[in-house]
Amino acid sequence: MSTATKKTKKTTAPPAKSASAAPGPVMFGRDIFIEALEREGVEVIFAYPGGASMELHQSLTRSKIRTILPRHEQGGSFAAEGYARVTGKAGVCMATSGPGATNLVTAIADAFMDSCPLIAISGQVAQAMIGRGAFQETDMIGVTMPIVKHSYLITDVNDIPRIVKEAFYIAQSGRPGPVVIDFPKNLQQAKTQPRWPTLEEVKRGLRGYTDAVRADDIELNEIIGLIDKSERPVLYCGGGIITSEAAGELKKFAEATQIPVTTTLMGLGGFPETHPLSLRWLGMHGSAVANWAVSGEFKLRKTPSEPLVKLKEGADLLLAFGVRFDDRVTGKFEEFCKNGTIVHIDIDASEHNKNKRAHLTVHGDIRDALTRLNALVSKRPVTRKITGWHQQIAEWGKKASFHYEITPEIAQSDHVKDHMKGHENEVILPQMVIELLYELTHGDAIITTGVGQHQMWAGQWYKYTQPRTLITSAGLGSMGYGFPAALGAKVARPDKQVIDIDGDGSFLMNIQELATAHVEKIAAKAIILNNQHLGMVVQWEDNFFAGNRGHTYLGNPDDRRQVYPDYVKVCTSFNVPCERVIYRKDLKAALQRMLDSKTAYVLDVVTPYSEHVLPFIPAGGTVADMKY
Amino acid sequence: MVMRHTISVLVENKFGVLTRVTGLFSGRGYNIDTLNVGPTHDPTLSRMTIVTRGDNATVEQICKQLNKLVNVVKVVDYGTDKYIDRELVLVKVASDSKNRAEVAQMVELFRAKIVDVQLKSVTIEITGSEAKIEKFLMLMRDFGVLDLTRTGQVALPRE
Repeated sequence: MSTATKKTKKTTAPPAKSASAAPGPVMFGRDIFIEALEREGVEVIFAYPGGASMELHQSLTRSKIRTILPRHEQGGSFAAEGYARVTGKAGVCMATSGPGATNLVTAIADAFMDSCPLIAISGQVAQAMIGRGAFQETDMIGVTMPIVKHSYLITDVNDIPRIVKEAFYIAQSGRPGPVVIDFPKNLQQAKTQPRWPTLEEVKRGLRGYTDAVRADDIELNEIIGLIDKSERPVLYCGGGIITSEAAGELKKFAEATQIPVTTTLMGLGGFPETHPLSLRWLGMHGSAVANWAVSGEFKLRKTPSEPLVKLKEGADLLLAFGVRFDDRVTGKFEEFCKNGTIVHIDIDASEHNKNKRAHLTVHGDIRDALTRLNALVSKRPVTRKITGWHQQIAEWGKKASFHYEITPEIAQSDHVKDHMKGHENEVILPQMVIELLYELTHGDAIITTGVGQHQMWAGQWYKYTQPRTLITSAGLGSMGYGFPAALGAKVARPDKQVIDIDGDGSFLMNIQELATAHVEKIAAKAIILNNQHLGMVVQWEDNFFAGNRGHTYLGNPDDRRQVYPDYVKVCTSFNVPCERVIYRKDLKAALQRMLDSKTAYVLDVVTPYSEHVLPFIPAGGTVADMKY
Repeated sequence: MVMRHTISVLVENKFGVLTRVTGLFSGRGYNIDTLNVGPTHDPTLSRMTIVTRGDNATVEQICKQLNKLVNVVKVVDYGTDKYIDRELVLVKVASDSKNRAEVAQMVELFRAKIVDVQLKSVTIEITGSEAKIEKFLMLMRDFGVLDLTRTGQVALPRE
């Protein structure tokens, strides 16, 4: 093992005389590591200390890097993701060995699914103790192997500068992702003269990795040809647009070609949802218009065994840009855009043909591809008119849009009976809260979410016009993400209003981060859409299990009228102001007080649990199964 | 259609690479028929030769996932006839003075080699293509195969 490492180093070693190679003074491993982070431009680290990482914390006390102490490693690592998603730079989190390290695992998996640049640092027991079942020892490299873009176990104090530089380069380039650095304690204590490699040297050493992927000219020309021929084109755009900062080019391209745009949940903000060409987002809970535009309109089926009866044709050309055909977008893969020609541009070739076979796959960075497509379009403008298609889409838009109403189920719900006596008309539906928030913030806030119904409503009732304004755990679907992510986002953008739209279940999962918000003076806000239930699972229970509740009630079974736990009291104990809102007449003023607050602020909004998220395409279903 | 594929993976000689490669297979429930790892002419690189089964889409996905690993330098899925493959097998066959000559004759025919002789057994080394080895082992079964070890395929492209 060690010989192999050394041999590789020999070949990658740069000429000893280059300026960057000038060795510095003799330093401790821990200080070299923190200086390496500083050299990468790290401003903030979310780090919870322990025996195997306290050396690094000692260095951090003397560093210009801001260290934020979360109250749980999961909170810290989600905050680092929030920071990364808002800035585009790698978020950095750190924990000690063993349980500290395993508490980072969910965020690492989350960052892997959502292509989020994340540097996760774990302390490790001393090398001599590795493999001996030492106190707080876990094989972190082994545990995280399937959920990292890459990982490093530091085995030589001289490797620290190179490893840190490589880690940041890999995490932030190409398709971004999480990189784990596992750092044994004895090497934190070891001393050496660090030699700082340049990025070029590091790139040369990485023989199996490149971030320079550019679309082929012929393929781009072919796309233009396909657009010229198509009558019903749709742009289906994802997180890649945001990652590669391609929103400007996308808007230009859509406007020049007049092709309607739908985005994924990850792509929200990549194209302004207020734009006339926007179909909003697509998929299981996306807009009916977007789903019809992609796959066609069908007669609604009662059961999936009924035949598909097509009413209107969907897209004949689907331009899938920076997306990965997630099952929550496609439903049944075979029926998704069944009759359209699919063009898939992605920087990750393994996404081509993975879930859905594309007719034309293009391997490249999407901003570069769009820039060149725009150049082609401006040279040879698209002349064909697709007015018929635009009319069809407008017609669909009239037929179905996001909507809500106070249904009899809601009027007769426990919530209304228990809390609204005499004020039945004052019931607050979750959608109303987000709709009002959108109004009050003029769409100019950074929104984070937990996972579940509230997350889908946050997608539907807030309109995103700028990239990096919706920070949500889309791929992994990690409950508890919202509030810590809001803290990270607010640290990155203190000038912006950052609001976590959360559910009571999700919020409770990382509620300890209220302490971080208060102590670190991070003025992120949270709205708890409190329905005392695990709302999304309840919705599935209603749809598929005749409403039988399988442990989805989160309130107090001994007193169902109580709103439990009492978030006002909980928040107060953390010195975070919080108020409960039950009546609609109080909502607007309460939201305004929350927005005006200079500190963290929590609004506990009590809502009925009987509300379902619509549209709804059941998992594995098709657009013909869409309730809307 | 499920077919056998021989995949050559050129990797950097760093610890954990084998686990990263095999993890891609196990994590997706793909089976590996044989796997061989060894050094190349470049001491910083190793070559893995992996024989696996799958339809084209599966193997395409395997190769792309392998390519994504930071320590993987090159992945080649060998098509039929475009490569040379060999395997080395050590087989211990039940054989005493009565039939030793008969075994030796077979060994001769297949250009294999007897590398050890015991009172009641001989150990034979054979290399060659898969077809040749399968044939030889089938013939050895009549004498009684006591033990067997195979390297798995190693392969290089013809051009």
